[in-house]
Amino acid sequence: MASGMNFPHAELTPNAEQATDHGAAELAQRSVRVRASDVSVFYGAKQALFDVSVDIPDRAVTAFIGPSGCGKSTFLRCINRMNDTIEGARVGGKIELDGEDIYDPSLDVVELRARVGMVFQKPNPFPKSIFENVAYGPRIHGLIRTKAEAEEVVVSSLRKAGLFNEVKDRLHEPGTGLSGGQQQRLCIARAIAVGPEVILMDEPCSALDPIATAIIEELIDELRENYTIIIVTHSMQQAARVSQKTAFFHLGNLVEEGPTDKIFTNPEDKRTQDYITGRFG
Amino acid sequence: MANLDSTTTASAGTAVTAEERRQRVKKSLGARHRKERLFHGLGITAVVLALGFVAILFYDVLQRGLPAFQQAQVTVDVYFDPEVIDLGERPVQSPGQSPADYSAQLNGWLRAAALLNWNRLLETSIRTIVPEFEGDARDIAAIIDSSQRFVIRDAFTSDPSLLGQTREFSLLASADADNWLKGTIDRSLPDARQQLSADARALADDLLERGEIRFAFASHLFTNVDSRSAPASAGLAGAFMGSLYMMLIVIVLAVPIGVASAVYLEEFAPKNRLTDVIEITINNLAAVPSIVFGLLGAAVFINYFRLPLSAPLVGGLVLTLMTLPTIIIATRSSLRAVAPSLRQAALGLGASRTQMVFHHVLPITYPGILTAAIIGVAQALGETAPLLLIGMNAFVANIPSSPMDQASALPVQIYLWQGNENRNFFEARTSAAIIVLLGLMLSLNAIAIFLRSRLEKRK
Repeated sequence: MASGMNFPHAELTPNAEQATDHGAAELAQRSVRVRASDVSVFYGAKQALFDVSVDIPDRAVTAFIGPSGCGKSTFLRCINRMNDTIEGARVGGKIELDGEDIYDPSLDVVELRARVGMVFQKPNPFPKSIFENVAYGPRIHGLIRTKAEAEEVVVSSLRKAGLFNEVKDRLHEPGTGLSGGQQQRLCIARAIAVGPEVILMDEPCSALDPIATAIIEELIDELRENYTIIIVTHSMQQAARVSQKTAFFHLGNLVEEGPTDKIFTNPEDKRTQDYITGRFG
Repeated sequence: MANLDSTTTASAGTAVTAEERRQRVKKSLGARHRKERLFHGLGITAVVLALGFVAILFYDVLQRGLPAFQQAQVTVDVYFDPEVIDLGERPVQSPGQSPADYSAQLNGWLRAAALLNWNRLLETSIRTIVPEFEGDARDIAAIIDSSQRFVIRDAFTSDPSLLGQTREFSLLASADADNWLKGTIDRSLPDARQQLSADARALADDLLERGEIRFAFASHLFTNVDSRSAPASAGLAGAFMGSLYMMLIVIVLAVPIGVASAVYLEEFAPKNRLTDVIEITINNLAAVPSIVFGLLGAAVFINYFRLPLSAPLVGGLVLTLMTLPTIIIATRSSLRAVAPSLRQAALGLGASRTQMVFHHVLPITYPGILTAAIIGVAQALGETAPLLLIGMNAFVANIPSSPMDQASALPVQIYLWQGNENRNFFEARTSAAIIVLLGLMLSLNAIAIFLRSRLEKRK
């Protein structure tokens, strides 16, 4: 417990509040990293997402909120084309990463996923050592050649994920032996190690206890210095705490999007207001 | 949530009081416990019954088969009598003699040696041990296995300096003598129904009493091939090698092909009508009676490809076809059991489908695949029916030196011995062969369990 509380980024907490306060002003300065235009998703004959258009700002945290089954995870999984792996899923519309259509047939999905990393709801480290978990991504993408390079990447990624001090003595023990929160940070380290531009997080804290959640939220706030982060969350408090921009989904539609402060304090749509005040969902 | 609570209370409350409700629950509780006890009891009965049958099987096989591992052996001093061994010097290659000439000369000498009456030497030895024996030569020959005179002959031809000397031999008693001494034939039967004459029986008893006949471990059961003329020396070596070759062929062919097909069908193949048909076909093939695979082997491998009859190669191919569906189905189900989160983790990092399969999915399914392979191979090892149709039930008196040679197989050998006319002797032999086959299967399974637990630990 003591070691859990004693994480190295404790001093960042005030910054996070500050960031949210000035979220709107900050957002305006940011360029657009990911642009979605009229994105629709079908699972077989069933349409799960209806004409979603949203801009994701560079080096900021964008939160997708909404009740279960509203399509926010579906949309998230379009951004690194994880929907391709689902039998019968079709995606319509256009998603651009730095102005490049990611559904263009000439684009290699493997390269896309090297640029757009993903962290899943349930921590899913590989059943291998902590070291191997982090080194795997860079290795398959040909980013590391020597053992020294691998060590450098592993250490720096674990440091960025705030996990290094906790695991430095057992890098060669299985990653599955860590606690849930540590496992999730290991998954974040694993995603960072590839050097992505965008990190997608699909409810990264829903399987964690409040302390582990707090640590991950600190981490997310730190990571936005260097990465564009999109997070799907069920917790509105979490969205309010970590994000600068929020998009509210309902029944497969994007109802409203904007700076987080505005969505939470002065939403335009009645449904958004009902949701954030807890009237449904 | 609050809303939900109030509706349930209201609906239950209007029908019965709390006290009544508790009574009803208690009543239903009794029935539930009864059902649980019943099911528990049924389960235990089933387990006890199954274990009981296994125990009976093992007891029966061991009790019948173990005596066959001990066999009557006669110790005799054989005098290589120059009068009987009326042979010239063993030819030696003289300088200038062509190899063909020499080998013709040597073969002539060996042929002459084969024609000598080696049984005379044995007869003399026995008569020296039991001077008072008055039976004739046939009685003596009847209690020593007919293959043993060749042991004496081979000792001489490989070392002609034995001429005029005496050497001790431990020879197998005949199957009939073994039966008589072990009591596997009823000793009170009249002469007409005994396999040995009265004189021969008396001689066998006498030799046993003198300690010249002893029961010793029948190592030739493992080193000799099958024999019909000298049943006491019949062994499993030929069948064992035949089975070994077939198992190697099954392991080399069925495991890689089966695993590769399973991986392709499960991980790479598109899901369409064609793959559905393939899947159904594989499931159906797994249920095809094994003898049908034997027919297929006879028609395709032997009739069409002209592969030799009775060869372990053909047997191995047939068993491979028979084992493939088992391995494919078991491997697919262990692939299907891999958590989707692991696949997503790999794909999310930008691993290609092939990298995902070979770096992450396959390694954790190794234990499952290993189990599948062992089940398949063990099944193949014990299979008899298809082998009968490709001629592996032929009597083969050689140890096969390659998979193209004629051979038998362990289960087929059991089948052949089971049908042998000398029931008294071969009943024990059959069970002994069953023990060897079971031992082989158990050790195969033990290796698999050992490997699996090591693989699982490595995770």
